Amino acid sequence: MAIDIDTARKVAKLARIRVEEADLPKLAGQLSGILGFMEQLNEVDVTGVEPMTSVTPMRLKRRKDEVTDGNIQAQVLKNAPDAREGFFAVPKVVE
Amino acid sequence: MSANTWTIAAARDALGKGEISAVDLTMSCLTAIDAGDDLNAFVHKTPEIALEQARAADARLKGGEAPAMCGIPLGIKDLFCTKGVPSQAASNILKGFKPEYESTVTSKLFDAGAVMLGKLNMDEFAMGSSNETSAYGNAVSPWRRKGSNVQLTPGGSSGGSAAAVAADLCLAATGTDTGGSIRQPAAFTGIVGIKPTYGRVSRWGIVAFASSLDQAGPMTKSVRDAAIMLQAMAGHDPKDSTSADIPVPDFEAALTGDIRGKVIGIPKEYRMDGMPAEIEALWQTGIAMLKDAGAEVRDISLPHTKYALPAYYVIAPAEASSNLARYDGVRYGHRAKLSQGDGITEMYEKTRAEGFGPEVQRRIMVGTYVLSAGFYDAYYNRARKVRALIKRDFEVVFDEGVDAILTPATPSAAFGLGEMADADPVKMYLNDVFTVTVNLAGLPGVSVPVGLDAQGLPLGLQLIGRPWEEAPLLNYAHVLESRAGFVAKAEKWW
Repeated sequence: MAIDIDTARKVAKLARIRVEEADLPKLAGQLSGILGFMEQLNEVDVTGVEPMTSVTPMRLKRRKDEVTDGNIQAQVLKNAPDAREGFFAVPKVVE
Repeated sequence: MSANTWTIAAARDALGKGEISAVDLTMSCLTAIDAGDDLNAFVHKTPEIALEQARAADARLKGGEAPAMCGIPLGIKDLFCTKGVPSQAASNILKGFKPEYESTVTSKLFDAGAVMLGKLNMDEFAMGSSNETSAYGNAVSPWRRKGSNVQLTPGGSSGGSAAAVAADLCLAATGTDTGGSIRQPAAFTGIVGIKPTYGRVSRWGIVAFASSLDQAGPMTKSVRDAAIMLQAMAGHDPKDSTSADIPVPDFEAALTGDIRGKVIGIPKEYRMDGMPAEIEALWQTGIAMLKDAGAEVRDISLPHTKYALPAYYVIAPAEASSNLARYDGVRYGHRAKLSQGDGITEMYEKTRAEGFGPEVQRRIMVGTYVLSAGFYDAYYNRARKVRALIKRDFEVVFDEGVDAILTPATPSAAFGLGEMADADPVKMYLNDVFTVTVNLAGLPGVSVPVGLDAQGLPLGLQLIGRPWEEAPLLNYAHVLESRAGFVAKAEKWW
């Protein structure tokens, strides 16, 4: 399926990646090419096939729901571009 | 021969006998690394850490009973989080990121006494097949075509690892493989690389690309070295819920060289249109070697092979789009400079536009699209169904008594850096055509150097094993390696 410029703009928005208007046609073309390559999957008869959800059939391990870590605020914030008073700081959000 | 050219096995024996110290061995690698800057393989050098670890290894060796990896100098792919050392997945979005923790794999290697020389170049977030998407610039292969000085790709995404091992800057390196990122660069540079069974090695602390496909493994100068190093990397980890809680066998002990009566499958679907005659000839050579060693060679069919690449390029970007959502400029890494009035959405969008390179952006957007409302069933669910069929193809042949499968590792020898620049992205994806099925099915696969092409470049074959059977798989690889007698090295120009 060909991706038009509006769809490319929408996908970029959903992915939270800024794409300049001038770059949208090229992006749309590349996405169309990649998705066209995927169209081959329509040749496969998948009737009655369950989607693969786990690489190795195994039950996920469980553990007690209890705190196993903590008191490492400084470490958690160490790499933050902007940390203040023990929090991650971001631009003001007004809804 | 300078000690940096040694195998792990040779170094282990020399260290054990006291013929060399871990410090001297490490120094020989550090010297080679400084002389190898033209390869752009090591992107963060850690000589202080290396020498401190080497001194500790020497103390441990003196005490006797040191593990096999004790004192062995390694390069670590930039995808592994290493405490206090830049770990940025070759991306600008993680520029300056120094983890406060150590990945399970590097912890295990260091606990075994291994020495970290530094971090290795790679494709950004492991998305690429030529190491050309790296924020650090291209890694360069030590290999060149006969009579040419054109710079070649070491492959990708573990291109820095491959270049560093092939050029003897280190004894071995860690790699990761989501669609062929260990095996393809290993084949391009004439070294050995194994992607273990999904779940054999912990993924904890490795920057995630596609969580159902990613698996770490060793990249080494010999099959024996791969066995030794995988031993130290493998094992259950409570911090990775997909890591398998099953015993790890002795991989090196499995290298008996005896493969009599074993059944090696040759899949007809891997004979691609337009495949170079040299690759076909190499494959036939490999078949003859295994037959000669007493294996039974059998033609098999894996009918859904053709659909592996398109299924992979739905599933991997889908998982990547989720995994890479965490890079938002809030908790770590890059944050864009904001203009007056910019809110949090602009912060996300500008940060991600500046931080991610074009290929990573493309894959995130493809993944976003195939997961979006209205397309989820048509693309993502269909790809997961095809994935189930690809896995079933392998289960059928293994049930019929096939012990391992022999295929080419790559559809060509290494290409020149920049040669694919104008090609559409799908053409680059074709590099993974022989390796990607293995990730989709979660199987172990190993690439072994078997010969040189007419231009003097290495070519490799791939062996694919049954789940959890890395030990016999390495034994088949060992037989192939012994019979091929591949000893060629790149002529030093750097």
